[in-house]
Amino acid sequence: MSVIDLSHEHGLTLSRVEIALRAPGRARRILGPVSLEVPPGEVVTVMGPSGCGKSSLLALICGTLAPALSGSGRVLLNGEDISARPPEARHVGILFQDDLLFPHLSVAGNLAFGLPASIRGRRARRERIEAALAEADMLAFYDRDPATLSGGQRARIALLRTLLSEPRALLLDEPFAKLDVALRARFRAFVFDHARAQGLPTLLVTHDPQDAADAGGPRLQIDAEGHIPGGRPADRGHRPG
Amino acid sequence: MPRHGLLATLPALTLALFLAPVVAGLIGTWLPAFGYFPSLGGDGFTLAPWAKLFAQPGLGESLRLTVLSGFLATLITFLLTILLLAACHGGRLILALRGLMAPLIAVPHAAVALGLAFLIAPSGWLARLVSPWATGWELPPDVAILQDPNGLALTLGLVIKELPFLLLMTLAALEQVRAEERLAVARSLGYGPVSAWLKAVLPAVYRQIRLPLYAVLAYALSVVDMALILAPLAPPPLAVQVLRWFNDPDLSMRFVAAAGASLQLLVVAGGISLWRIGEIVVERIGRAWIAGGRRGGDGRIARVLTTGLVMTAVGFAAAGLVSLALWSVTRRWRYPDALPSEISLDNWARHAPEAAAITSTTLAAGLAAAAVALVLVLGCLENEQRRGLTLTNRALWLLYTPLLVPQVAFLFGTQVLAIQAGIDATWAALVWSHLLFVLPYVFLTLGDSYRALDERYARTALCLGARPNRVFWQVKLPMLLRPVLFALAVGFAVSVTQYLPTLFAGGGRFVTLTTEAVGLAAGGDRRVIGVYAFLQALLPLLAFAAALALPRLLVGPALRRKLRPAAA
Repeated sequence: MSVIDLSHEHGLTLSRVEIALRAPGRARRILGPVSLEVPPGEVVTVMGPSGCGKSSLLALICGTLAPALSGSGRVLLNGEDISARPPEARHVGILFQDDLLFPHLSVAGNLAFGLPASIRGRRARRERIEAALAEADMLAFYDRDPATLSGGQRARIALLRTLLSEPRALLLDEPFAKLDVALRARFRAFVFDHARAQGLPTLLVTHDPQDAADAGGPRLQIDAEGHIPGGRPADRGHRPG
Repeated sequence: MPRHGLLATLPALTLALFLAPVVAGLIGTWLPAFGYFPSLGGDGFTLAPWAKLFAQPGLGESLRLTVLSGFLATLITFLLTILLLAACHGGRLILALRGLMAPLIAVPHAAVALGLAFLIAPSGWLARLVSPWATGWELPPDVAILQDPNGLALTLGLVIKELPFLLLMTLAALEQVRAEERLAVARSLGYGPVSAWLKAVLPAVYRQIRLPLYAVLAYALSVVDMALILAPLAPPPLAVQVLRWFNDPDLSMRFVAAAGASLQLLVVAGGISLWRIGEIVVERIGRAWIAGGRRGGDGRIARVLTTGLVMTAVGFAAAGLVSLALWSVTRRWRYPDALPSEISLDNWARHAPEAAAITSTTLAAGLAAAAVALVLVLGCLENEQRRGLTLTNRALWLLYTPLLVPQVAFLFGTQVLAIQAGIDATWAALVWSHLLFVLPYVFLTLGDSYRALDERYARTALCLGARPNRVFWQVKLPMLLRPVLFALAVGFAVSVTQYLPTLFAGGGRFVTLTTEAVGLAAGGDRRVIGVYAFLQALLPLLAFAAALALPRLLVGPALRRKLRPAAA
């Protein structure tokens, strides 16, 4: 018999996370407190009107919160508290609305940027990148300038770049919003399939109900004041196993 | 935090590097102005230097010249800038001008002044082009067009040189105040183009260009190199007179010079205060004018007028440069022929060895100052971003300090300190003195582009596991290659243009193209002046050309390879 609840050992856990605006005098709370659990391979969706602090929540998790904001509470990834770590040491991947491929690097250059340095040797690195491209049916694009790719292709490369960095959790900041409807469904499936296959706890913020429906996981709503009606969604979303 | 260690000290270091010499130099000038200068026997405080200063013959006339040309030049430059932009907003002309202005900013003041002198002198190119068929002049007319008693030639030179600077600063400011939306609203309410711009855009833009405008005023009130070429010299404008006193063989004149330099500072401070009062008055009148609701006409007259005047100014600058080039290859050019009758490279050949040496000094000082400035500015901007700091308005004032304080008002004090520190007339002193003026421009040039880079690129890279230093070198720097090279070129151009700092910090040991060209101006041998002034103008232009071409050369082949269509 174990005294440790195993469900807390794996996945992404937010514990009483709050975000406040640093203001002279007193801080003004803009979000939270939020507590939730994202088990491995599951997609939790956070929905809310624009400006409610959804993106700031993701920034807090990956450690890039704007200096004008302050965060409190704990972020646990696979049982470790990562709240105090610099972003590059958190192993949290993020995708934005824009693909943000580096325009000065080729497709392969972008993917190599994501690939950890621990994979050594030109050949080994090339093979990993080619394997990732082949899996996305994009092997022929190895040497291409990202500017010559279509929106859907760029979005897929951005996901591959993130996955190659071997993240332990995936954050999605409305990455489907700028794609047209047909493309959106396909890319959404592409992202969710990969996230599930790699067992990544995934947190999606969006205001598109279809995103949430496709994600299939628990859903929580933030209102304009940054409150989350309905208590702790982690209780509802948590599935032991 | 340890992650910020070295980087976090950079802003303080940078500030100290370019503010300490100014502050120390001011103190080192004000003390002798009140009689304290032990090495020349001044041990106590006295008002004697000021009494002697005010007893100098011609001081009143010097002041009159300074104030007249300074205010007139600034006012004309400002009015031309805003009226041109109001009348031609969004037009093709503005786009064309933007392309023309960038190289014009690069041309040093002295080269512009010399070119203008070659153009408008009684024996200049303009007179030759219309003589004798239109004027009947077989000999140069005996009128004081250059060095005229009211300093109008100097005023014209200042307008030609400062117009591109203020225009580009205003164009940059327009992007920040969402001018298009403001204009669209005003136009849809029935306002004519010029009225709409002046009433809806100018109030917002003015706040953004206030500091550059003050810098123009401060410069115009204290210019030395252009004044040596274009202004009357008996008596000259105040700044030139102060320089003469500093160079007087009678060492006791240093006290008068220090008092004069301090007076120069007061003139600039008073000038800026007066301008500020003018702003308040105009703002009050302007409010009533805006509230009046008059819609204004279609602005056709303003368009024709401002376009004509600005094109004339640009034309003068360009024609001046051409006449410099022409004189440098002239063997024989009799008055009033329109063109030289014999052309040769003799002038260049004769001066080649000396010109090469002077050019290398100029190059070395410019590259060193620009490179040091770039490293410091990049460090400050990166530190600012990592720590989430933003440049406050007050910090911006600090940045402008070396551009607002007249050079002649503190360089003497700085030189005295350099002598005490044993670094006067060394490369270090020369580069440092240029750095004071290079740094602000490099910061102003690079700051906006650096902050404009989408910060999510850096966030993405961090989340991919890259350390902040790797993000800086592999993401930000390559993406900012163009603005970085451009800032380097700006820094180099600013260094080339420096006259007084080279004289003072160089201690006479260093001759640059600028000091040589200005020094030769008094002699009046147009062939030699042509050689040096043309080189002086050419060097910064080449730097800008390189800054534009290099990214293409560096990125070109790699990009072409990547653009190869994928095999099907």
